[in-house]
Amino acid sequence: MQVDVKVNGAPESHDVEPRTLLVHYLRDHCGLTGTNVGCDSSSCGACTVHLDGEAVKSCTIFAVQVDGRSVTTIEGMAAADGTMHPMQEAFHTNHGLQCGYCTPGMVMAATSLLEEIPDATEAQVREGLEGNLCRCTGYHNIVKSVLACAKGSEK
Amino acid sequence: MTIVGTKVLRKEDPRFLTEGATYTADLADPRLEGALHVTYVRSTVASGRIESIAVDGALAMPGVVAVITAADLPEGLQLLAGAVPLFPPDILNRPVLAGGRVRFVGEPVAAVVTEQAYQGEDAAEAVYVDIEPLPAVVDLEAAARDEVIIHEDVGTNMALDFSTLGMATGFSDDSFFEGCEVVISQRVVHQRMSSAPLEVRSAATVWDGDRVVMWMSTQAAHSARDSIAAAYGLDVESVHLIAPDVGGGFGSKINMYPEEILLPHLAEITGRPIRWFETRTENMLAMGYGRAQVHYATIGGDRSGNVTHYRVDVLADSGAYARIGGFLSMFTLPMVSGTYDIPHIETRARSFVTNTVPSEAFRGAGRPEATLSIERCMDLFAAEVGLDPVEVRRRNLIQPDTFPVTTAVGTVYDSGDYEASLDMALQAAGIDELRAERRCRREAGDPVAMGIGVSVYVEVTAGPAPGGNEFAKVEVTDEGRARVYSGSFSHGQSHATTFAMIAAEQLGMSIDDIEVIQGDTDLVAQGTGTFGSRSTQLGGSAVFEAAGSVVGKAREVAADLLEAAADDVVLDTDSGLFHVVGSPAVSKGWSDVAAAAEAGSLVADHDFNADCSYPFGTHVAVVDVDTETGGVTLRRMITCDDAGTIINPIIVEGQRHGGIAQGVAQALLEEVAYDEDGNPVTSNFADYAVISMAELPSFELVSMQTPTPNNPLGAKGVGESGAIGCTPAVQSAVIDALSPLGVTHIDVPMTPQKIWTAIAEANE
Ligand code: FES
Ligand code: FES
Repeated sequence: MQVDVKVNGAPESHDVEPRTLLVHYLRDHCGLTGTNVGCDSSSCGACTVHLDGEAVKSCTIFAVQVDGRSVTTIEGMAAADGTMHPMQEAFHTNHGLQCGYCTPGMVMAATSLLEEIPDATEAQVREGLEGNLCRCTGYHNIVKSVLACAKGSEK
Repeated sequence: MTIVGTKVLRKEDPRFLTEGATYTADLADPRLEGALHVTYVRSTVASGRIESIAVDGALAMPGVVAVITAADLPEGLQLLAGAVPLFPPDILNRPVLAGGRVRFVGEPVAAVVTEQAYQGEDAAEAVYVDIEPLPAVVDLEAAARDEVIIHEDVGTNMALDFSTLGMATGFSDDSFFEGCEVVISQRVVHQRMSSAPLEVRSAATVWDGDRVVMWMSTQAAHSARDSIAAAYGLDVESVHLIAPDVGGGFGSKINMYPEEILLPHLAEITGRPIRWFETRTENMLAMGYGRAQVHYATIGGDRSGNVTHYRVDVLADSGAYARIGGFLSMFTLPMVSGTYDIPHIETRARSFVTNTVPSEAFRGAGRPEATLSIERCMDLFAAEVGLDPVEVRRRNLIQPDTFPVTTAVGTVYDSGDYEASLDMALQAAGIDELRAERRCRREAGDPVAMGIGVSVYVEVTAGPAPGGNEFAKVEVTDEGRARVYSGSFSHGQSHATTFAMIAAEQLGMSIDDIEVIQGDTDLVAQGTGTFGSRSTQLGGSAVFEAAGSVVGKAREVAADLLEAAADDVVLDTDSGLFHVVGSPAVSKGWSDVAAAAEAGSLVADHDFNADCSYPFGTHVAVVDVDTETGGVTLRRMITCDDAGTIINPIIVEGQRHGGIAQGVAQALLEEVAYDEDGNPVTSNFADYAVISMAELPSFELVSMQTPTPNNPLGAKGVGESGAIGCTPAVQSAVIDALSPLGVTHIDVPMTPQKIWTAIAEANE
């Protein structure tokens, strides 16, 4: 089946099997391997991308379901001149990543969370990102990174 | 200006954050063009005999190129060599593909090779494996009774008795505890846990003429290279092993698995490159787990709180075959007495096979078990003699002026001040206010019970004893920049930053001018890898020494340029300039020296060897336990961890955070479980409760640095401290909360159900 998706602002069009998951469409057909797969039970959030601006786990939807829609992945977060998105910058400044495997999904989920709750508290961040697992950081610096981007935090 | 000891943001980050790292599954190497995909067919029964395997149906399916079973394997590939050659051969060598007996659910039985990954999933289901079930034994203590034998030819489930190796003292008779006023025994469970790296196992391979090129998600590229070479009868130069970015390991990716060793064979018979990327379910079914020990511990002493005797009997679950997990008592035994001066100690340790996944290492690997048991016993002892558990610890701690100390089990601790770490952690916790709050709430009969837990730990890093080694090479390029080649390998530990800092300090260069190369056996001549909290103290020290030698060579070149004697020339590491002592006005930089030096001469390597080091610290946990539901809220986690000299505080703190979370997970949540027939009941992330951020507070870290004399950096290992100190503190806190109800012990993981049951039983 032909699936047309706008990915990081650019049109993509690929002929895929109907059972192709969005994450595999992005990785195998668009060549965007920043989005990772960490589980097979939609539990880990490593595959989180933005679909029409909202965080979704791209392993839980078929590519055909997003035909005609717009997807942003980690590769689309920095500005055209390479300047990192404030959330990416905050992860760097606060050492919010170690092995990096959870990071793309975590950054996508976190930016989406702050869209929804711009002045999120620590409790809201921990609650809101519960579905994104990280095995390396103990989450301490991830939470710190997200809070650094929340409205009202001292910059 | 010195860079070591300062907060330096990671060099790795920009790429990881903007496009994502390049893990094995992400590789776009042209040599992997047109790669086939491998899917494994696995045993669905825990114990049985394979009657037949029907592959015809699968072979006829779309995209299927080959289906391989044990019968198709060449001689050298039938068995996966064991990592520790001390076990009975039949237990040691596990089949690469099971052909006769299957011994755990998830054991690979056949490999299906397909054009596309999705086709493999379909075809694997069409391979029909007929297995005649046999009795299984999944419980460690049941296995020890030898009622069901797993390896018939061995005749017993005991894989190893450490007493026969001289690694345990063995037990005398009951007179051992004679003279003790107080003697208390406790069975302590250390449950089976998954390392659960977020990246599962993955590899890709292709033959380049007579050479194997293999990419693999591993912690130890060189030993993976050696394993491939041995299995295929090649010399090590004929294998090029590349570890790309790796998404975590935590001990589970140190040694080779059957699923990996088979891949070059599949590439050979198909004449195509091969890729393998397992699913999480497969990972939970077949990647080695950690912990999985049961201890019988007995502690003895006098009524004034002096501990004089300790005896511990270690039973370790090696899983169906003896891998490294069956041998990790080697780390438990030397550490059984923890931070305490206990004059009389007896130990025993035995490993047994069970019908479960062969065990591997998991963060801490044998030391968390030693710590949890002695800390649990200290609490029980304190309760029995009616003293505060902190007071009893204080009374028995090894004193700072006695280092180096040889413990009663013969372990030599290098340096430490355990009581100072205890004081600092208690002060940071505000122990007096905490105790006051606990008192108030107890008096008020708060149904949410508050508990405080304290553990003082010491662990061994760069082990096993006597120590370890690591390789580094440092070279200065023609442009006057530097390249560091390390045999150590970061899969999250940030070597590109830490090792650049160590080299920068020696060379007087900016870390931006230093590139760290790792995880490629063609580029790095030798290496051991990253595990056991060894990287900075061994790999970092190797970089330090090699960089120092390069500076020595460069001084000679600079001396020629400055028309002086080499002995009179110094490198000002602040400016990166060479000059004659006392005359800094005339100087030469690295680019001058590199241009003048004979091409390729500014290079040195170093194989650094050192004894083990012994990091230590104190962890304090504060919990609220809902006595009506059994639910635990971890309110605070305060840790004082001393791992010697710190190179980069943010990276060290990050390592501590990660360890703490896994330690809490062991205390409260995570457990790999099987039903009594050996069916896994935690075979994906929906069933295995990987700890999330909602279950954790932010951590409160206290810094302390007691340098080790063992290496030029003064650094000890820090990667595992969190997972070692934290579990006993949380366990202690939960039991402390429930002690007024009469609860004296709950095994980890302390799930709401276990807590609720313990309360109900105490009420009876
Ligand atoms: S891969 Fe999508 S949630 Fe785990
Ligand atoms: S940084 Fe490794 S899983 Fe999060």
